[in-house]
Amino acid sequence: MNGAGAAPIEPASPLDAIDARLAERLLAAALSSGGEYADLYFEYRSGADFVMEEGRVRTVGRGVTLGLGVRVLRGDATGYAYTEELSDDRMLEAARTAAQIASSGGAPAPVAIRPVALPDFYPVPRSSLATPGADKVALLRRADAAARAADARIVRVEASLAEELREVLVVTSEGHLARDRQPMIRFGVSAVAEEKTAAGGQRQSGRSGGAGRFGMEYFDRPEQSPEAHGREAARLAVGMLHAVEAPAGPMEVVLGPGESGILLHEAVGHGLEADFNRKKTSNYSDQIGKQVASELCTIVDDGTVTNARGSINVDDEGNPGQRNVLIADGTLVGYMQDKISSKHFGTTPSGNGRRQSFRHEPLPRMTNTFMAPGQDAPEDIIRSVKRGVYAKRFSGGQVNISNGDFVFALTESYLIEDGKLTAPLKGVNLIGNGPDVLRKVTMLGSDFALSEGTWTCGKDGQSVPVGIGTPTMKIAEITVGGTKR
Amino acid sequence: MSVAEGPSSARSARRLPDPKECQRLAEQMLAYAKRAGADGAEVLVRDGTELEVKVRLGEPELVKEAGSRALGLRVLRDHRAAVTYTSDFAPAAMERFARETVELAALAEPDELADLPRADEMAREVPDLDLWDDAVLGLDVAEGIRRARRAESAARKVDARVTNSDGAVFGRSVGASAFATSAGFSGSNRGTFVSLSVEPICDDAEGKKRNGSYWTAARFGGALLEPEAVGLEAARRTVAKLGSRKIATGEAPVVFSPDAGRGLLGQLAGVMSGGAVWRRSTYLAEREGTPVASPLVEIVDDPLVPRGPGSRPYDGEGLASRANVLVSGGTLRAFLCDVYAARKLGRRSTGSAARGVGGGPHVSISNLVLRPGATPAADLEKVDRGLYVTDLMGFGFNAVTGDYSQGAAGFWLDGGGRAYPVSEITISANFDALWKGIDAVGDDLDRRSSVQCPTFRVSSMMIAGS
Repeated sequence: MNGAGAAPIEPASPLDAIDARLAERLLAAALSSGGEYADLYFEYRSGADFVMEEGRVRTVGRGVTLGLGVRVLRGDATGYAYTEELSDDRMLEAARTAAQIASSGGAPAPVAIRPVALPDFYPVPRSSLATPGADKVALLRRADAAARAADARIVRVEASLAEELREVLVVTSEGHLARDRQPMIRFGVSAVAEEKTAAGGQRQSGRSGGAGRFGMEYFDRPEQSPEAHGREAARLAVGMLHAVEAPAGPMEVVLGPGESGILLHEAVGHGLEADFNRKKTSNYSDQIGKQVASELCTIVDDGTVTNARGSINVDDEGNPGQRNVLIADGTLVGYMQDKISSKHFGTTPSGNGRRQSFRHEPLPRMTNTFMAPGQDAPEDIIRSVKRGVYAKRFSGGQVNISNGDFVFALTESYLIEDGKLTAPLKGVNLIGNGPDVLRKVTMLGSDFALSEGTWTCGKDGQSVPVGIGTPTMKIAEITVGGTKR
Repeated sequence: MSVAEGPSSARSARRLPDPKECQRLAEQMLAYAKRAGADGAEVLVRDGTELEVKVRLGEPELVKEAGSRALGLRVLRDHRAAVTYTSDFAPAAMERFARETVELAALAEPDELADLPRADEMAREVPDLDLWDDAVLGLDVAEGIRRARRAESAARKVDARVTNSDGAVFGRSVGASAFATSAGFSGSNRGTFVSLSVEPICDDAEGKKRNGSYWTAARFGGALLEPEAVGLEAARRTVAKLGSRKIATGEAPVVFSPDAGRGLLGQLAGVMSGGAVWRRSTYLAEREGTPVASPLVEIVDDPLVPRGPGSRPYDGEGLASRANVLVSGGTLRAFLCDVYAARKLGRRSTGSAARGVGGGPHVSISNLVLRPGATPAADLEKVDRGLYVTDLMGFGFNAVTGDYSQGAAGFWLDGGGRAYPVSEITISANFDALWKGIDAVGDDLDRRSSVQCPTFRVSSMMIAGS
C-alpha cells in the first residue's frame, strides 16, 4: 500500500505478512528446475522529498515501492525475476521464471528457515518519515536564509531534503532469514553567485550536501546544520568567482582529508570487487599477497561505521555488514566478495553483496571505503610541496576496471606555491592509473576523515549509497587536466 | 551447465503491456484526483517487460526477465503542487492514493506559475511514429542466448590477442504508457527496443588489460546488425588499444568519434534548456540569437522521427511533439522549454517536457541530432598532428561557466592518419571555444541512440598528459 499521506505516520510494513511457510514455498518453486541456490529479496521503500527554489517549496514528492526479487544460481549463472505485485500467483511466477536458468537436476531438500542475528549500526532516535512535513520545510528555509545572508553576491539558492526508509527481508535456500530497516536522509544546498565586472559578468555555483543513515538528529550536529550547508554552498560559489585557470600536466598533488577518498574508490576500490577478479578482467587479478601500493597504504572497506551512508547491518544476500581490510601496508590481502565470487575463491562472503533494488541482482560492491591514517601533520604535507595542486572537494570520478585508469573531477582546489595554498583553481580533472598512483603515495596525514557527502556508486547500471574517506595524502605525481601550460 | 534452449516455455508468455489498459487506469486516477479536490491533475501510467541475457565465455551468466507497472501523479491545488507514485492498482488503494496526494500538496507553497498547460496548447492527436515491432516479441531467452553467443564468439575467434571477455548482452524491452491530464488530453502509445553489445578484453604490457566494446540497438529487430558484425567490430576496437600510451602535454586539434561526441552534444543540450536559464545555471543564459558554435553546427531536437530511439508522439505534459531547431549556422535559435520554464521566461512551451513515473515534468531532449556535414569522416583525421578521441571518462563539465575537462582515450594522429593508441590523458577547453572551434563535421551520423552525432573536429584543445 502506498502511504502517500500528509499525516506523518510510520506505516505498518507489508513485509510483516511474509512468513516462513510462504518463503519455503517460493524457494521450492525457484529450485524446481534444478537450481543449486535461491534467494528471495523483499523490499519496501517509502520516501519523500522537498525542494525549495527561489525561497519557496515548489513541489513535494512522495512515493512507495514494494516488490520481490527472486534469484536462482546454478554454477556461476544467475536467473533473476521480480514482481511488484505480492500475490501468490505473481510471486510463484517470478520464482518459476528465475528457475529457468537451470533445466535439470532434482530439487534440494527444504532447509528450516532461521532468522540471522544482526548488529545495529544505525540506531535512529527520531525517524524523519514520522516527523511532520512542516518541520522539514523549516529546515529548508533556514538553509536558504543562511546561504543568502552569507554574501550579497548570492543570487540563487536551491535547498532540498530527501528521506527514505528501505526495509529489506532476505530469505535464502540455505535457511537464512535477515530483516533490516535502512534509513537514509539527504540534505543539499546549491547556490549561484554573480559579480559584475568591467569585463562583463561572472557567474559561479557552489554546492554543499550531506547524507547518512540518520533520522532528524542528523541536523543536531553543528557541521551538519542547514545553516552550515547553506553557508558552505555560498562560500564555494563566491570563492570560485576569482578562480584561475588550472595548470595542465603532471605535478605533485596533495589530496585533502575526507572527499579525496574518491581516489581510493576509483583507483583501487572497484578493481578489488571480486567479480572482476574472478573473471580476470581487473588489473588486480591474481595479485593477492603482492605489493600493489606504497607501504604507507592500508585500505579498508567497512560497512560497520555508525550512521555512515555506506553502512549496512546486512548486505542484500543476507550476510552481516563487516569491516574488511583490502590492502595492508601496501600488500593486497583480499577482495570484496559476494555469494558467487566467494564460492569461486573458496572463501566466505564479506558482506559486500549489494543491489540497487528488488529489480536487481546482487553484485560485489563497496560500502564505506577509506585509507587508514598515517603519521604526517597535514600542514607539513602542504609545506613540502614547491609547486602543485591541493585538492579539497570533488564532484565525482570514474575508473576503467580493466586497466586501472581513473579520472576524478575537482570542484574546489588551490595552487600550492612554495608550501602555501594560493589561488583557487577552476574546476579541473585529475587523471591517473590506480596501481601507479598508489605506489606514488609519499606522505600520509594523521587527520583521517570520512566524507559527510552524498556519494552514490554506479556499476552495471545499479546505484548504491557509499561512503569514502582518507587522511591528507601526497601523491608524487599525477596528471592535472587544466587549460594552462 | 545447461540452459533451456527449446521453444519458449509457457511461463515466458507474460501478458503484453497494453496501452489501452494503461489509459483506462490513468483516466480512472484522474477522476479520483478531481474528486479528492485537485484543481488540476496529470497521470502517467507505464507498463513494460524487460529481458536481459548475458553470455560470457560461451556460457549464460545472467537471464533476467520481469514485468513492471507503475503510476505517477501530479496534482495542483491552489497553485501548490505534489508529485507521487505508486504501483498499487487496487481501486480502493488508488482512490486513497489520490486523496493523500491532494493533502500532500498543502505542504508546498503557492506558485502562480504552477499550473497545467492551457487547453489550446494540448495535443489534438497522437501520431503513429512506428515505434512498435511485433517481431521483437518473438526474441525470447533462447534467441537472446544464441545471439549473444554468436556475437561473443565472433569477437574471440577473430584475433588471438583477444584473451578474455566481459561478455555479450542481449536486451529487449517492450513497453506501453498512457498520459491523462485534466488540461484536456488523454493518450497512449507503445514501443519496442532491442539491443546487443559485446565487450572483449586483451592483455597488454605491465599486466594492464584493454577493453573495448561495440553495440547495436533499434526499435525494430530487423534493423539490428548481425551478431557477428557486432563481435568483429568490438574485437577490432579492443585490439587497436593495445600499446596505449600517454602523450606530451600541449595543444592540438581534437577529432571526436560519434561515440565520444555524443557526450558533448548531450551536455550542450543541457545548457540549452529553459529550466537552466531561469535557474541561472547555464553559461548560455543571455545568448539566444547570438553565435554559440561554429557556422558548421546545426542542431535539432526532433521527437517525430519514425522509429527514432527517443521519439515520442506527445510530450510529458500532453502537448504536441514538434521538432525544434536549437542551433543553425552556429547561432542559438531557441531554448527547449516545458510549460513552467516557458512561463518563467515569458514564452510558449516548445513541447519538450518529459517525465517519469517518479517525478514531475522537466525539460528533456527527444532525438537530439547534430546534423552531418558533407566531409567524409575519414578526412577529418587528415591533420599533421592531432588527437582522435574514442572514449571519454569522468564528470568535468561546469554548466554555469562552460568550463570542460574530461579524461580521454583514442589515437594520436600524425601525418594524416592514426599513429598509435593513447590513454590516460585529459582534454579541456571552455565549451564556448570548443563549439566555436569546430572546423569540420563528418558525414557519418550515428543513429543508434537518442543523442546522434557524426564525427567532428575541434581546431584546438589543451591536452594534459606527460
